[in-house]
Amino acid sequence: MQELINKAKTLLESGEVARVLGWKKGEYEYDPEPAFFETSESLKDFVYNGFCGANLSKYMIEAGKKEGKTLVFLKPCDSYSYNQLLREHRVDREKAYIVGVGCKGKLAVSKIPFEGILNISGAEYPDAAETLTVETLYGTETIAYKDAMLERCHVCKGKEHVVYDELIGESADTVDADRFAEVERIEAMSPEEKFAFFQSELSKCIRCNACRNVCPACSCRKCVFDSTAFDSEQKANTTSFEEKMFHIIRAFHVAGRCTDCGECSRVCPQGIPLHLFNRKFIKDINALYGEYQAGSDLESKAPLTNFTTEDAEPGVGRG
Amino acid sequence: MPVTENWKPKIVAFCCNWCSYAGADLAGSSRLAYPADVKIIKVPCSCRVNPMFILRAFEKGADGVILCGCHPGDCHYSTGNYYARRRMTLLFSMLDYLGVEEGRTRVEWVSAAEGVKFSETMNSFVEKVRALGPNVRLGDLRCKN
Amino acid sequence: MRKIGVFVCHCGSNIAATVDVKKVVELALQEQGVVHAEDYPYMCSEAGQVRIAEAIKENKLEGIVVCSCSPRMHEATFRKCAERNGLNPYLVEIANIREHCSWIHKDMAEATEKAVILMRAAVAKVHLNAPLQAGESAVTKRALVIGGGIAGIQTAIDIADAGYKVDIVEKEPSIGGRMSQLDKTFPTLDCSACILTPKMVEAAAHENITIHTWSEVEKVSGFVGNFTVDIRKKARYVDMDKCTGCGICQEKCPSKKPLNEFNRGLNTRSAIYTPFAQAIPNVPVIDANACIKLNTGKCGICEKFCQAGAIDYTQKDEIITEQYGAIVVATGFDTIKLDKYGEYAYNESKDVITSLELERIMNAAGPTKGHLERLSDGKAPKEIVFIQCVGSRCSDDRGKPYCSKICCMYTAKHAMLIRDKYPDTNVTVFYIDVRTPGKNFDEFYRRAVEDYGVNYVKGQVGKVAPQPDGSLMVHGVDLLENKQILKKADMVVLATAIEPNPDVRKIATMLTASIDTNNFLTEAHPKLRPVESPTAGVFLSGVCQGPKDIPETVAQAGAAAVKVIGLLAKDKLKTNPCTAKADELRCNGCSQCANVCPYGAISYETRQVNDHGIREDRRIAVVNSALCQGCGACTVTCPSGAMDLQGFSNRQIIAEVDAICR
Repeated sequence: MQELINKAKTLLESGEVARVLGWKKGEYEYDPEPAFFETSESLKDFVYNGFCGANLSKYMIEAGKKEGKTLVFLKPCDSYSYNQLLREHRVDREKAYIVGVGCKGKLAVSKIPFEGILNISGAEYPDAAETLTVETLYGTETIAYKDAMLERCHVCKGKEHVVYDELIGESADTVDADRFAEVERIEAMSPEEKFAFFQSELSKCIRCNACRNVCPACSCRKCVFDSTAFDSEQKANTTSFEEKMFHIIRAFHVAGRCTDCGECSRVCPQGIPLHLFNRKFIKDINALYGEYQAGSDLESKAPLTNFTTEDAEPGVGRG
Repeated sequence: MPVTENWKPKIVAFCCNWCSYAGADLAGSSRLAYPADVKIIKVPCSCRVNPMFILRAFEKGADGVILCGCHPGDCHYSTGNYYARRRMTLLFSMLDYLGVEEGRTRVEWVSAAEGVKFSETMNSFVEKVRALGPNVRLGDLRCKN
Repeated sequence: MRKIGVFVCHCGSNIAATVDVKKVVELALQEQGVVHAEDYPYMCSEAGQVRIAEAIKENKLEGIVVCSCSPRMHEATFRKCAERNGLNPYLVEIANIREHCSWIHKDMAEATEKAVILMRAAVAKVHLNAPLQAGESAVTKRALVIGGGIAGIQTAIDIADAGYKVDIVEKEPSIGGRMSQLDKTFPTLDCSACILTPKMVEAAAHENITIHTWSEVEKVSGFVGNFTVDIRKKARYVDMDKCTGCGICQEKCPSKKPLNEFNRGLNTRSAIYTPFAQAIPNVPVIDANACIKLNTGKCGICEKFCQAGAIDYTQKDEIITEQYGAIVVATGFDTIKLDKYGEYAYNESKDVITSLELERIMNAAGPTKGHLERLSDGKAPKEIVFIQCVGSRCSDDRGKPYCSKICCMYTAKHAMLIRDKYPDTNVTVFYIDVRTPGKNFDEFYRRAVEDYGVNYVKGQVGKVAPQPDGSLMVHGVDLLENKQILKKADMVVLATAIEPNPDVRKIATMLTASIDTNNFLTEAHPKLRPVESPTAGVFLSGVCQGPKDIPETVAQAGAAAVKVIGLLAKDKLKTNPCTAKADELRCNGCSQCANVCPYGAISYETRQVNDHGIREDRRIAVVNSALCQGCGACTVTCPSGAMDLQGFSNRQIIAEVDAICR
């Protein structure tokens, strides 16, 4: 972590960057949050550890509007999101200094099944331990680092950054699960079971928009759900449509653009596995139109702005 | 919802202006009957149909939505139906995934010369939707009882 | 709330017999904003239109819905009626209650209920219709013809005769195309050069025609009426203005190895050459690959002998940029490669030739000076076998699925000419079908059989086996006699399938003209608009659109010219106002829309926008409304709903959906 702070200090002090985008200490060890640092002094709050799951690429849209360059720390998977934003002309590469930072898998505090957590050690970077030690109100507990990892890290895209100016730190291979296993499990259900599963999950939704706000692909200046672009009536009369179809529409809007960064599921306060929507589209796209990883490059045609004359017909293979 | 005897499905059919709408006209001028449950909305091209229109129809009470366009390769705009085909393939797959009955959505390529196909398509589609009964799932997706 | 008028047509009894029109009127009046509704036996009639006119004036209508036949029938009628009466024509919507209702339903209650719903959807939509204005764009009064074969020449002459400027771009050193390679033409057997060269001269001499030979189209931008085209004029190494066409350079050129393309590679030519004696322009080009001077710096013989001082080894390719109002594609065809047809021994034996090679052999200016002889030993063939449909009507991927159309007739021609000139030579034709639909075509074919004794065998050839004695053993089948045939031949001629010139795909991409799986350019309508491409301002002439013979090509060339003249005669073009438009406050500038636009109508510009007080420079999509054809592909690709289609907006379609599902 010190290496990152040193880098940030050097670049800030030399004037090469005007600000640093990183993570700031929260109230607890396990709740750091994205933050801009504009002075070397302020970097005392900088933190990078196993709980820095937040993907900073989306913040670069706003950073690009400010004067001067911004130093941003991107984990390997975050770099895909940044690249996707780059190909959509949403970020200005000239105004970014990208430090690709190593990642050994990020943690979800929700996966640590202990009450009254006071402090967690073992998540420090660069030397994350195999086992986390959790101090709670009721004593000290331990949990394997892997067991507390975010779902997305079990199906990690890899250790390579797809865009960077400089790399700091090593990444670990954390893949130990099949990315599409859960989608396949649902696909194998009867329509009634599928419906029951999704109804049960989606009825938890409180429409807080956290998934939308964190999603790097949901980067529209004005979201359709906040505009009258599709309304034939007064806004107040149409909320029922949005309420019911929000997640389907959102998944469709990011289809072919979603890098599967998993931020939607990470931030959902209701714990809805929202990535299962996106991953269904990714699975279909891979199967029907060839393997495609959004954000892996700047040139290839996105699956929904492309076609072949031999594409599958809608609904073929149903039932 | 109990299916009452005189329940009639609401079916929205999006038809492209150049092929399928003309195919529907030909079905009409050839007096090839299909159920009055089908209401056609004209769009310039199948690629104009936003998945949101289809979801909107379901949310507003449609029981089935069908999209008709020119045969692949014959699009008036040369490539529109190819994009529509990908979009609908993914949308329908998602609806299947959510447990919405698969018979409620369909894409059919109908040329201006295929009045018979238009009529037959609508007859078979309506029959399928009738068998499924009223659409409740898409409306209830977020409302667990 | 807009004031809407609803007009329900009886269409005699076509609608009124099944739909309770009074009920539709009654319920229309209950719709929001509907201030006037009436029914009438024939809304489209003069009297019906007068009623609409009066209603517009009396009620100050701001939108009308006509419940009648299909909009494909009378939408234009009612739009004009509205326009005449001061209402924007795009504030008219049609509810199709005839083709989509009364004609397909028998039950009156059911049909009436549906008609009411269709009326409601149209009313809901028209509330959101915007008054659209057809735009105007200027027309550059000059046409480009790509390809200088008979199709391109005829199109150019016809356009030029009407008083418009035309440029022909031809990639070969001379215009003339395939037709210049032919010896005689069916069904009249007149000499090809005798009828073609006067046309070539006419084109070259025409004050309105500019010919760019040894040139290729490099880049096309713009739209109907306003195309900008970059043309690459390849280095000729000969000054067009100085050259007198004396030909001494070709005679003296020491590099004589390159294959003569004009003679289909059957002999060789010099490095500096004109493809044939009547070439236009009669100015040679230097083949840079074969020229000794250009490759080694030594030689320079042509320069020494050229009295006009026309040789210029320093010439470079030159790009010229021109403006055109219309573009005609006349890129023609070539014969397919026969690599996949090993059974015919084309690559093994010099005496297995294509029909186009036979044309050159029979031509007095050809490699054998017009003597029919075997290329292997120069002997006169006594037994010739013609094989039809080589690569045509082919069900596998070796050949083409279509009929090449010209082969039956030219084979009959070849057979007839050979029997006429060499009566002791036997001619056998293996065919699948003989297709002769054309004026005097079947008579011609029958003459070949009946008067000239050509032996037609219905059946295909499975193998041509070169024999040690230099002859060819043809293994065929006679389907009518149901027997196998083994025929010893001295020469085998393959009626090789034709395919569009391979360059056409590149050109189609530049023009955004659609092309089918066989590389033929697609027509705007296969029957009713056969010489227009679906891309406005692009027209099709000759075989680039589909196989055809010379008379058909010339007819189509003239038809394409008429379409071009019709376009160039206009000073301004009306553009379809139902085009896409981006809302600058919603646009992300993400470029997804441009990726799906088939017309290249979307570009991006950085522009300062004022988003509720925040001023910032943003990358915004801009639609060129002259290029946009209004398909709407971009609107669905746009995640933010910034891109919308005028006349079929998101809100309009949602309003229809809502009204139908109400």
